[in-house]
Parts: sequence; C-alpha cells; structure tokens
Amino acid sequence: MDWMFMLIALLKVLVVLVVFVLMLGAVLTWVERRMSALIQDRLGPNRAQIGNVRAWGLLHPIADMFKAFTKEDFVPAGANRMLFFLAPAIALASTLACFAVIPFGPGEHFTIAPLDSGMLFIIAIGSFGIYGVALGGWASNNNFGLLGALRGAAQLVSYEVTMGLNLVGVFAVFGTMSLSQLVLGQGELLWGWLPKWGVVVQPVGFVLFLIASMAENKRAPFDLPEGESEIIGYFAEFSAMRFATFFLTEFVEIVLIAAIAATVFFGGWQIPWLDPQGVAGGFITVAQIGFFVFKIIALCWLQMLIRWTLPRFRYDQLMNLGWKVLLPLSLANIVVTAIVLALS
Amino acid sequence: MGSEFLPYVAIIITIVVAVGIALAILVLNAVLGPKRPSEAKMGPFECGSDVVDTPRKRINVRFYAVAIFFVVFDIEALFLIPIAVAYRDLLQPQHLGVFALFALLLFIGVLAIGLWYVWGKGALDWAFDALTSSAARSDANE
Amino acid sequence: MAEQIVFYILATGVLLGALAVVVPPFARNPLHAAVALLTTFSLMAGLFVMLSAHLLAILQIVVYAGAVMILFVFAIMLLNLRKQDFSPAKITAWKILGAAAAFLIATRIAMVAGAAVSTHTAVDLSLEQYSTFGSVHDVGIALATKYLLPFEITAILLLVAVIGALVVTRRQGGLR
Repeated sequence: MDWMFMLIALLKVLVVLVVFVLMLGAVLTWVERRMSALIQDRLGPNRAQIGNVRAWGLLHPIADMFKAFTKEDFVPAGANRMLFFLAPAIALASTLACFAVIPFGPGEHFTIAPLDSGMLFIIAIGSFGIYGVALGGWASNNNFGLLGALRGAAQLVSYEVTMGLNLVGVFAVFGTMSLSQLVLGQGELLWGWLPKWGVVVQPVGFVLFLIASMAENKRAPFDLPEGESEIIGYFAEFSAMRFATFFLTEFVEIVLIAAIAATVFFGGWQIPWLDPQGVAGGFITVAQIGFFVFKIIALCWLQMLIRWTLPRFRYDQLMNLGWKVLLPLSLANIVVTAIVLALS
Repeated sequence: MGSEFLPYVAIIITIVVAVGIALAILVLNAVLGPKRPSEAKMGPFECGSDVVDTPRKRINVRFYAVAIFFVVFDIEALFLIPIAVAYRDLLQPQHLGVFALFALLLFIGVLAIGLWYVWGKGALDWAFDALTSSAARSDANE
Repeated sequence: MAEQIVFYILATGVLLGALAVVVPPFARNPLHAAVALLTTFSLMAGLFVMLSAHLLAILQIVVYAGAVMILFVFAIMLLNLRKQDFSPAKITAWKILGAAAAFLIATRIAMVAGAAVSTHTAVDLSLEQYSTFGSVHDVGIALATKYLLPFEITAILLLVAVIGALVVTRRQGGLR
C-alpha cells in the first residue's frame, strides 16, 4: 500500500470537508438569517462583535458554535441512548462522505475518489441520511419526534424515487455516470455556440432534480419533518450540539446539492467559450476550480432564495407532488429522452 | 492490491474522516457542556402539558405502503441506470439497434401500469384528497 | 497480503453484524438489530468491491442498506412491539426442527467451502478480458442483450410487488 497516496488523499479530504464544505456551511447559516432578514425588511443578526468589529453579523456563526458546544446535551428519560447519540452523527457523516466523488477541477488530482459510478455512490451514501431522521425521531421517545420522523422518512423515500429516475435521462445523454466523465461530456458546444450543459439537454431533468433534492434536504417549502414554527420535528428533543449537528447537516446538504447540480447540470469546472490553449497551464486550472466554486455558491444562493420565497406545503400536497407529479414526469422524461436519442 | 482499488481507499478515508468529524463534535459537546438534569427537563417535550399517551404506539399502515412503493420504484431506477449508461451503444446495430428503445419502453410501461393501478386504487391519496377523490367514494359505497 | 487483511476485517465485521441481529443482548431492541443488519449490508459491499464487482457493490448499498432496510425500519416503527406483546419463549417442535435445519445447512456450507478452499485456483483479475468486468456500462449491455428476457420479467415481478403491497396494506378496512 502506498502511504504517499493515503497521505495525499487524507489531505484532499481535509481540505474539501473542513476548509471548503464546513466553512461554507457555517457561512450559509449566516446567509440564511441575513437573507431572510433582508427579504422580510428586518436587520437580522448583527450584534456579535469582537472589539469594534461586527462584520455585518459574520461573527454569529462563530458565536453559535461556542454556544452549541457549551450547552447541555441532555438525553430525555426513556430515550434510547445509543440511537439518540448515533442519529445526528449518521446524518452529518453520510452527507459529508458524498463529497468524495465530486470533481473540483480537471484531472484526477482534484477529485478525492474518481469512482466509475460516482453518481450512484452519492445516492447510496446519501440514503443513509434517512436513518438519521427515522432513528433520531424514534429514539427520543417523544410523540412529536415520532410523528416528525415518520413524515420525514416517508418524504425522503418518496422524493428519492424521483431523484434516481430523473438522473437516468442525464446518464443516457452522456453515456456515463462517472461525474468526471459527465463534466468532460459537457465541455462541447452545441451548434458552435451553446454549451452542452446538462441543463440545456435535460431541462426537465434539472427542474425535477432541484425540486426532489430540496425535498430531500427537508427545507421549506418541504420542511414538514421539522416544522420549525410548529415544533413537531424529528429533532424536537435534541439540544446543544446534537441539534446543531442536524442543523449543520442541512447546510452541508445545500452545498452538496449545489455541487451535484453544478457538476451534472452546469458543466462542473468547464468554462464555456474559453480556449484552454490560450492561457498558461496553472492559471487555467485555478480559474476552472474558481468557476466551479462560483457555480456552487450561485446555486446555494438560488436554494436560499427559493426557501425564503415559498410557503410550506400541506402533507397531502407534498405526497401528491412527489408521487403524482414528479414521478410520472420523470418517467415521461426518460421516455422522451430515449426516443430523441433513438431518432438522432 | 491493484490500482483499481485506489479510489475505494480514498473513499474509506473520506468516510472515516466524515464519521470522525461527526463523532468528535458530539463528544466534544458532551465534555464541554454542563450536566444539570432535572425531572422537568428529562420529561418528553409536549409543549408543557403532561404526556397522555406513549410514543411507542402503532402507526398508520400507509407509511408502510409508501415504503414498499419506494423500494419497487427505486429498484426500477437502479435497473434503468445501467441501461441508460449503455443506451447509446445499445442503439448501435451490432447490439440492439432501435429495438433498444422498445425494450426500454416495455420496462417502463409495465411499471407505469403499476403506478396507474395504485393511483387508481387511491393508495397515493392522503388525508385531504382521500375524502374527495372518486376512488375513496366508491370504496365507501362498497 | 493487504488484500487478505482487508478481507478478514470485512468478513469479521459482516459476521459480527449478522450475529448481533439475532443474539440477545443486542438484538433485544429490534431497531438495534436493524442497525446491526445495516452494518452487515454495508460491509458486504466492501466484499463485492474486492471481487471487482463495482456496480454490484454500490447496488448492494442502495438496495439493501438504502431501500430494504428502510422498509424494515418502517415495519419496526409501524408495529412498535413492546415486551408485553411477546409471549414468553417456549421450546416448540417448530423451533427444534428449525435448529436442526440450520445445523444441517451450516455443515453443508462448511463442506462446500472446505472443498472450494482445497481446490482453489486463483483468477488473475488484471487480465485484459477482466479490465472492464463489472463496470456499469458492461452490466448495461449484458442486461439489455443477453439477459433481456429476465430484465423484462423483472418489470413484471416489480408490478406484482406493487399490487401485493396494495393488497397487504388494504386487507382490513382499507387504507384509512
């Protein structure tokens, strides 16, 4: 076994997970509060300060972190201690692990694990998040918790069906499900001017993906499992860092959805209309990674905007949307894609 | 081990780090946080009122039905994914040609019948529309 | 060498997880047993990777860990059986028969495994013909050409499962 390889892989993992994903997740908690405040004509959090520096409330995530770490993480009587401890860990770890297959730049050096079936890996590992919801709600021995867990788990499985099916169209168009191959396939131009991005060749697929993945993330308008204004969430009994872990997972998942969407539907690190030959080698790589990060941030922002624009669904509306609208649409999308590919 | 396993080594490292981060912050909190249990704090959260019934109760069977439908359609998606990846090659004359399209349509068609059936039987209806949909009304008349 | 170490770690994990599903101190709580089974399923994927069955490894996780186990967890939460719901353990004729059958199957497996070990011939997976073995693309081609009929019959099987689910959950008083 090559120790050098393992060391480099560890370094890559730490850079991606700690420096990029968790940091961006923490900043997103600030964006969430600040953006909602601006939308609702409030000031939002701006009091945390070190010396005289307030930095528009940017210090709040740090203050929140200290608060969450030093609060009491009590376990309610009658709760299942083991599952109560494991549930938040499963939720966060399964979301973080998905970043292993995201290609951040050209070549194998900028992917932690260039897997042949990268997209399926994300679906596989991501599905462990359901256990975080189901076990967490059940373990807390609370009626609200159980209700939230059931609703949450049923919602997650319903939208996972759509998630799997609507990616079939993309795989058929590009003939691969390796994420790095998908990005390479999106480098071409259609008719000489239109970038062959996933969103161009699979517009319905992108819309379905965005809806299904936002439902998977359990955020408004799909936030019934947690229902923060009614407090019947699966994490009703979770306090301190246990709660903060669920909370952070949500924001990490925003980054994950943005990263997948950018990779599969927006050309990954590809910069359209730019001839790589014309620029010096090192600079172009930095530009491509930067452009990928820019796409991720833009898609995070889009999700935030949707979350603070739409009101919550009713539970029957949620299930109807999943099973009676999105599922038939994704099947139709596959059929249309298959026919178009067969004709061309 | 061959080089084809290298990505999996990287994946194991990622999973170990991810689980490590998650466990570390939970354990750190357990160390740093105070421990002041009280009877009121330990009781189940019910908006301040006493608990009248246990959460260890049986739940509505329709959640189970949704889980089964999920398993079925998830497996359908998983069967379609390898076909989709190979679809362009399958359309080549040496494999199936246009027949690949019909093979795919037949597979999706059979499952679409399943979806249509459960839809018509009202198994996808939830509280509000179950009261108004025609399927529910005809059930009530039986 | 490293390969063998990884194999034994994975195999031990698989067996320990499977034991924890049925052996009392851990298995007394059905959800604990479910978590143990989840571990077994996940580590089994590692064994598939070692056999170069890359797609199968991921499908193992998606289908068993991601879908079938969810169904189990739903069933456990659905019933929420408590201790008083179980009748006290008794030794019945069925249990004796079951134990005998388990013993016979176990000895049979041990015999087959022993025979396989003694006549073991290593397959060199680095050969040209194995280079894309188990890849998504190859599985897709095989599924739609050589195994087209089983593939289409699978759709009918899944259709039967959907209808069966409907029958099971509606037997008494419908879904409401």
